[in-house]
Amino acid sequence: MELLKSILQIKKGGFSYIDGTYVFQNIDFSLNKGEVLCILGPNGTGKSTLIKCLTKILPLDDGQILLDGLDISSLTNEEIARKIGYVPQSHYSAFPYSVKDLIVMGRAPHLGLFSVPSGTDFELAYNSMETVGISHLADRPCTELSGGEQRLVLIARVLTQQPDILLLDEPTSHLDIGNQVRLLRLVNNLAKTGLSIVMSSHFPDHAFISSQKVALMKEGKLVGLGSPDNTVNEQSLREVYGINVKIKAIEDGINRKVCIPII
Amino acid sequence: MKNQNNQENKIKFYKKSIIENSVNVFLLLIPFIILLFSMFVGRYSISPDIIIKIFLSKIIYIEPTWDPTMESVIFDVRLPRAIAAMIVGAGLSVSGASFQGLFKNPLVSPQILGVSAGAGFGAAIALLLWEKVYIVQLCAFLGGIFAVTFTYKISKIYKTTPLLMLVLSGMVTAALFSALTSLIKYVADPWNKLPAIVFWLMGSFNAVSRRDLVFLGPLIIAGLIVLFLIRWRINVLSLGDEEARSMGVNTEQLKLIIILSATVITASCVCISGIIGWVGLIIPHVGRILVGPDHKKLIPASMLLGASYLLFVDDVARSVISTEIPIGILTAIIGAPFFAYLIRKSKSGWNY
Repeated sequence: MELLKSILQIKKGGFSYIDGTYVFQNIDFSLNKGEVLCILGPNGTGKSTLIKCLTKILPLDDGQILLDGLDISSLTNEEIARKIGYVPQSHYSAFPYSVKDLIVMGRAPHLGLFSVPSGTDFELAYNSMETVGISHLADRPCTELSGGEQRLVLIARVLTQQPDILLLDEPTSHLDIGNQVRLLRLVNNLAKTGLSIVMSSHFPDHAFISSQKVALMKEGKLVGLGSPDNTVNEQSLREVYGINVKIKAIEDGINRKVCIPII
Repeated sequence: MKNQNNQENKIKFYKKSIIENSVNVFLLLIPFIILLFSMFVGRYSISPDIIIKIFLSKIIYIEPTWDPTMESVIFDVRLPRAIAAMIVGAGLSVSGASFQGLFKNPLVSPQILGVSAGAGFGAAIALLLWEKVYIVQLCAFLGGIFAVTFTYKISKIYKTTPLLMLVLSGMVTAALFSALTSLIKYVADPWNKLPAIVFWLMGSFNAVSRRDLVFLGPLIIAGLIVLFLIRWRINVLSLGDEEARSMGVNTEQLKLIIILSATVITASCVCISGIIGWVGLIIPHVGRILVGPDHKKLIPASMLLGASYLLFVDDVARSVISTEIPIGILTAIIGAPFFAYLIRKSKSGWNY
C-alpha cells in the first residue's frame, strides 16, 4: 500500500494570465512512484504551462500541488528541484558551455550559493551521461549539438539533479523517428529504475508505448484520466483533436495499440 | 577492453590539459609583470636596478644610495596609481562578465543599467557647485547607485524583473541622466567648470590618491569577492530564468546580488577614475578565448586580464605623448577596432 501513495498530486489546479483568462482550470490528477503519466491534448491547451506549474516555475492561481504530501507553494525552488527535475521543450544557451559543464549544472540544488561543483559532482555528471549514452559528447560545445543530442544532454542534466520525479515537456518534439523511439525507450528504462515521470506529447501512440496513465486535455480542462486502454479511444480522440482516428491492436509479438489518423 | 576505454574517458573527463595549465600560469603572471614594468614608465626616469633596490629596501635593510624623491615617486605616485588602475580594471571586467552572464548576452557592458550615466551626473553637479574632490566622489557614487535603483524599480513587474524590462529601463535611465549631464554642461561656466566636467567624464587616473584607495578600494574588492564566490551560479542563471528556477536557483535573489555587487563596483570605479568604457565589454571576450565560457574560470580570468589591461593602457596614456591622454578615449580607440575584429572572427555565434 505504501508504494501506491502518490508522490505528486494536483488538486483543482488552475492558472490564468494577468487579464483573467484561464490557461487551464480544475485539473486533478496524481502520480504514483515509478509511474509514467502522459498528458495528451492539442496545441495551446495548456500542457506546457501545467508542467511548469508542477515545478513552480510558474505559480498556480487556484488549487494546490502536493509533493510528497507538502504544498509546493510553501517550498523553495531549491527544495523542489531536489525532488523534481524539469526538461524544457527547447533549450537555448547564449554561451557555448561544454556539454559536461552544462550537465554538472544539474547539481545546483545540492550545492550552496557560494559552492562550485567538486570531483564527486563531476562523477555524478559522468554517470548520468553514461546512463543516457552520451559520454562521447563531454567536451563538445552545447551550442553545436543536433536536436536529438541536445534532448539527451538535457535529460542527462536532469538525472544529475537526482530527482524522484521527471517532468518532460514534449520530449520527442522535433526528433526523427529513430531518436523518438530511443527517447521513449530511455523514458521506459528510467521509469523501471523507480523514477516517476510526467510527460506531455502530441502523439497518442506515445501513451501506449510508455505510460501507465493518460491525462487528456482540451481547452484547459481535463476531459479524460486513466489507463491508456480506457482513456485513449476513437471517440475521445475525435472529441479532443476534432479528427477521425482508427485504433488497432497490433499483435505479431508487438502487442500494442496503434493510432491511425483517417485523412 | 570497454572497461579500460571507460576508464580512459573518465580520466579525460577530469584532467586539465597542458594548454589549460599554461594559460593559468600566464594569467597569474601577467599582472605582476605589467606592474613591475609600470614602475619604470614615467617622465622622472629611474633605472631598473634602483627600483628593485627601493622595493627590496622595504623588506630587508639596504643602504639608501638613491635620491629620496625617487622613493616618493614610486610609493606616492606610481604605485597608488598602478594599484588603482588594476583594481578598476579588475572591477569593470568582472562586472562586465557577470552582467553578460546575467543578461545572457555577450554585448552587455557594466554600464547597461545606467550606473555610469548616473555617476557622471552626480559628479557633474558636484563639480558645478562645490568642486571639492571628496564631494565630487560622493555625489558620483550616490548618483550611480541612485540610477541603478531607479532602473531596477521601473523594471520590476509584480515579483519579477524580466531581463528585457531591465535593459529597456536601463536605456531610459541612461538617456535621462545623460540629458541632465548635458544640461549641467550647458549652464556651466565655459572657462573653468566646463573643462573640469568634460575632463572628469573622459576618465583619468591622474588625480588618484592613497585616500581613494583606502576608501573605495575595499568597496570594489568586496564586490569582487561576492561575484567571485557566486561565479558558478552565474552559469546556471545564464540559461534563463525558467531553467535556472527549475534547477533550484532563486533567480530574483541572485539577480539582485549580481546587480548590487556590479553597481557598487562600477560606481566606485567611476569615483576613482571617471567613466572608462569598453574594458568591461572587451575583457570578458578575451577571457572566453583563453579559458572558455564557464564563469567558474571566466570570472577570475577577467579579473586578472582586466587588471593587466587597464594598467597597461594607463602606462600608455601617461607616457606616449608629453601631455596625458584621457584613458577613456584610449580604451575606446583600442577597444572598438578590437571588438570589430572579434565579431567578424566569430561571425554570428559566440563560439571562439
